[in-house]
Amino acid sequence: MSTRNKYQADENGMYGQFGGAYIPEMLYPNIENLKAVYEDIIGSAAFQQEYKSLLKDYVGRPSPLYLAKRLSEKYQTNIYLKREDLNHTGAHKINNTVGQILIAKHMGKERIIAETGAGQHGVASATACALMGLKCVVYMGEVDIKRQAPNVARMKMLGAEVKAATSGSRTLKDATNEALRDWICNPEDTFYLIGSVVGPHPYPDMVARLQAVISEEIKQQISEKTNKDYPDYVIACVGGGSNAAGSFYHFLDDERVKLVAVEASGMGVDSGETAATIALGDMGIIHGSKTYLMQSDDGQITEPYSISAGLDYPGIGPQHAHLFDTNRAQFLSATDKEALDAALQLTQLEGIIPALESSHALAALDKMTFSENDSVVITLSGRGDKDMATYMERFGF
Amino acid sequence: MNRLQQLFRDKKDICSVYFTAGYPNIDDTLPVLKALEDAGTDLVELGMPFSDPLADGPTIQASSEQALENGMSIKRLFEQIKDMRQTISMPVVLMGYFNPVFKYGIENFIAKCKEVGVDGLILPDLPFDEYREKYLELFEEAGIANIFLITPQTSDERIKLIDANSNGFIYVVSSASVTGAKKEVEQGQINYFNRVNNIGLQSPRLIGFGISNRSTFKTACQHASGAIIGSAFVKLIGEHGAEGSKIEEFIKSIK
Repeated sequence: MSTRNKYQADENGMYGQFGGAYIPEMLYPNIENLKAVYEDIIGSAAFQQEYKSLLKDYVGRPSPLYLAKRLSEKYQTNIYLKREDLNHTGAHKINNTVGQILIAKHMGKERIIAETGAGQHGVASATACALMGLKCVVYMGEVDIKRQAPNVARMKMLGAEVKAATSGSRTLKDATNEALRDWICNPEDTFYLIGSVVGPHPYPDMVARLQAVISEEIKQQISEKTNKDYPDYVIACVGGGSNAAGSFYHFLDDERVKLVAVEASGMGVDSGETAATIALGDMGIIHGSKTYLMQSDDGQITEPYSISAGLDYPGIGPQHAHLFDTNRAQFLSATDKEALDAALQLTQLEGIIPALESSHALAALDKMTFSENDSVVITLSGRGDKDMATYMERFGF
Repeated sequence: MNRLQQLFRDKKDICSVYFTAGYPNIDDTLPVLKALEDAGTDLVELGMPFSDPLADGPTIQASSEQALENGMSIKRLFEQIKDMRQTISMPVVLMGYFNPVFKYGIENFIAKCKEVGVDGLILPDLPFDEYREKYLELFEEAGIANIFLITPQTSDERIKLIDANSNGFIYVVSSASVTGAKKEVEQGQINYFNRVNNIGLQSPRLIGFGISNRSTFKTACQHASGAIIGSAFVKLIGEHGAEGSKIEEFIKSIK
């Protein structure tokens, strides 16, 4: 387990001025209970052994760090792809769900609830629950259920109950509200499995620790593949920010490594149709955490837009807000169009169809300049199978 | 002595009502408030609608959504109630989620509350520690009570801490649930009310969540200074708007 540093949460879950636990009293005992045990559980030999063994034999880790030669040639540098797309269920989400399921089991919980937007975290949760024989309820916005039928079917086939969130905008933020309401009503037997580095403390820290395996492997792999033991750049997309948090984790204290987070700006940062939370830069409280978010002048949380469902969240993890404030990470944004172009380019240069989320990270290549000796790691957070309908429509295949 | 202190000194079986401001029509706020006072309501929690009301059940969620669609905002609320003290003498407490208040600016918000004659605030997701460290002084200087929630899962130790830092009343959430979820009071809840009563708290208590009719109201009153009716009343105004006779009938049916 890594020690806390200035970029990690303090004992109250604050990252600088961000984070904390802005929750109603009804959730206080649940959160206190989890806060009291999560570090000890994650640090225990029993947990580590079971977690690592599942990551290896079930998830398929370590995921490769692949030198993308043709892509590197085009940008005149050395681009390595961290292949989270090759994980079981097709994305990085499973690292977190396998870990949290083990924590839930250690706590004696029998029922798992989760929220999902596009369904990726829902599928990863349902998968981990099937593996462990736990009851799983996934909240999903009514609108998303209609848009993401294949993932709904996958969750059902895995034995999960998918419940529609029918309030508000009927998307991810409302599914999160419903999951929190469920937890209020079922404080004793239920574990809330949050899918990103968002929500009240200790979730942002807990999820980051469970995704930290990404940067742990990058560190090892880059020293095997290059003559340095660190990359010059680590680039990842951010919605809530879990794959970025995991990709950055072990490099936060190593200022030689430039960290780059790429938000989804949808139709453009100033278009009103965007999910670029940091670019809009308004502070407030969302789902129990103080962070940057998208809101009206009256403090009502507004609905984001991105072509990528996984980045379509009106807030951002509090650690990322802090990394932005302290200039530890550079924040860029990519539009729908730029992400689509980057997806097509990777597919045709490297034979890898990326998820739309990951394509936003790839789009950063056109916005940055590198030297020919740099090693640039881009986290390919997921594969593009789930996005084929969008690709077919946009590219006319 | 302020309006809240006076109420808890002089009355028992306090009938308190929650409703969402700007619902069902945007300018119903003051007429509903007036009708409630005329009907003999003792205290009102005026709800500030929020886009993401995560502690509320379907009825209050739907009312918040409608109020926001109507164009309701904190700014508009303060305009609507700016002269309320000319006609309303019962205590009025604002209830809502922290983000809109944070966005409005807490200092400005408290100043505005004082100016229009609001007596207290219930902000369920403002953490107790943060209130104590950052805002307690501000609230106390303005004479605005901050009202905390406790639940069946809240430990005696924490209840004592909350009690020591309360200057209005304590909101006793009747069960592990969101608003509007239950129809009757169960034995487990009574045990919890008794546990709270046996601690020996200085602050008066009102019981809320799941109080919807005379029977649940009367039961709750046996274990606290009074009770709060929310969703059941919001349903009523959803159907009949600010109609005085319906509101009077409702309050009479409870008290």
